[in-house]
Amino acid sequence: MTTVTDTTAPNQVKLNRQALSTFGWGILSFAGGIGLWWLATIGGFSELPSPWAVLTRTVELAVDGQLWTDIFASLQRVLIGFAIGSVLAVPIGFLMGWYRTARVIIDPWIQFFRVIPPLAIIPLAIVTLGIDEKPKIFVIFLAAFLSAVVSTYQGVVSVDRTYINAARVLGASDGTIFRRVIIPASTPFILVGFRIGLGSAWATVVAAELIAAQSGLGFRMQQAQLYYDLPTIFVSLVMIGVLGLLMDKIVVIAEERLTHWQERV
Amino acid sequence: MSDPKISFKNVRKVFNTGATTFTAIENLSLDIADGEIVTVVGPSGCGKSTAMNMVAGLIPHSGGEVLVGGKPVTGPGPDRGVIFQQYALFPWMTVRENVEFGLKIKGQGASERRETAMHYLGLVGLADFAEAYPKTLSGGMKQRCAIARAYAVNPSVLLMDEPFGALDALTRVRLQDQLLETWSKDKRTVMFITHDVDEAVYIAHRVIVLAANPGRLQEIIDVNLPFPRTEDIRLSPEFTEIRNRVWRAVYHRDAQAA
Repeated sequence: MTTVTDTTAPNQVKLNRQALSTFGWGILSFAGGIGLWWLATIGGFSELPSPWAVLTRTVELAVDGQLWTDIFASLQRVLIGFAIGSVLAVPIGFLMGWYRTARVIIDPWIQFFRVIPPLAIIPLAIVTLGIDEKPKIFVIFLAAFLSAVVSTYQGVVSVDRTYINAARVLGASDGTIFRRVIIPASTPFILVGFRIGLGSAWATVVAAELIAAQSGLGFRMQQAQLYYDLPTIFVSLVMIGVLGLLMDKIVVIAEERLTHWQERV
Repeated sequence: MSDPKISFKNVRKVFNTGATTFTAIENLSLDIADGEIVTVVGPSGCGKSTAMNMVAGLIPHSGGEVLVGGKPVTGPGPDRGVIFQQYALFPWMTVRENVEFGLKIKGQGASERRETAMHYLGLVGLADFAEAYPKTLSGGMKQRCAIARAYAVNPSVLLMDEPFGALDALTRVRLQDQLLETWSKDKRTVMFITHDVDEAVYIAHRVIVLAANPGRLQEIIDVNLPFPRTEDIRLSPEFTEIRNRVWRAVYHRDAQAA
């Protein structure tokens, strides 16, 4: 028998070291940016609030609880909209990928709605669904659904024919092929769709709150704008960025867990 | 000789691609005996993969008859094991799960499945890699896993489409010997497609040479060399002579001109 030496270990170490230095540079870059911002504000070159002012406002808002209420309101909308969108997108995407008839009937609609920015639906959604949570959740649902459905069906149609043939010659029925070949083979595509979907859902919620809301990070910015409250605008912006990055990271980790079998370059 | 295991009777295959039609195979008649190893060689476009896929039941034929064990082929089935050039292992399953795939479809229970899978993995020298994912295997190991997967469902016919084409020369020779060794025990019928003339002669009872445009039978060359095939046979003048005949038949020119 051939002996195979394990070559993955040193590569893994190298990769970790690389990841670490990438992370280190990221921190350094952020620190440098904040330093420049701080210099610009104490030098009087800018009307922007200083990093210190933003930090104190963050603490104030956190202590009096408003920050958490806003974060909770925004996150709740995103997660509900995203959950409904993804749960619906996966079966519809599979249907479109598996049956040509479903594809030719559904695809034109998806292509049409994809070119309309979700925000453009808001006026219609407010008029028809009222001014409470429904119109916001609806546009977020739409944003998440459209990304996830397209990538799911792309995933199904791009499953390598050889896998399907290999399963068929081993006696697999259509049902078995679907469950044990199509679903796992398209999982990487579906997760990419979730990632894009979550990103556009987050972008949409903030914009939707700017237009029509009584709570949330977008609404808080809008209020702060009325009172010329720059530190609060900054706090909201930073929170939107941090939460967006965190959610993206969660999907990436889920992706690595679920598709660890993939060959990565 | 008894009834042929695989039989092509005036087989025709026409591909329709929109407005144009392309004749891949024209009037192919060929019998492969039970327990025989037949290799198929020919230039690209001679329809060798198409012929094999028709036996596998993966593509329908346009005319004539394709019979396996005397019955017309209507679709794929576990009586015909297929080994693809691209290995076609499911990357989301471990080596053992890949081998168990066909057994699960057959309805075998978990412990029986595991036992069978481990037996065949042992046979191809992959027992230590049962729980590994295909991405961690070399090309030769992937193909050995694919061979174990095909053997596990115990097919009476093995269809191999350039299975060793992507491997290095040394691995290829090893896998050829392993194939012959397994064959000497179970005497399955093997239809083996290759573009390597040495390989075609080394493992076969007969070499089928196909010609292209349209794909058709050019020549059948008997390989009258004893089994077991060894390195001595590979280096013998008789081997070289047959090899040269196949070469000339494939490249369609005589030795003097070349």
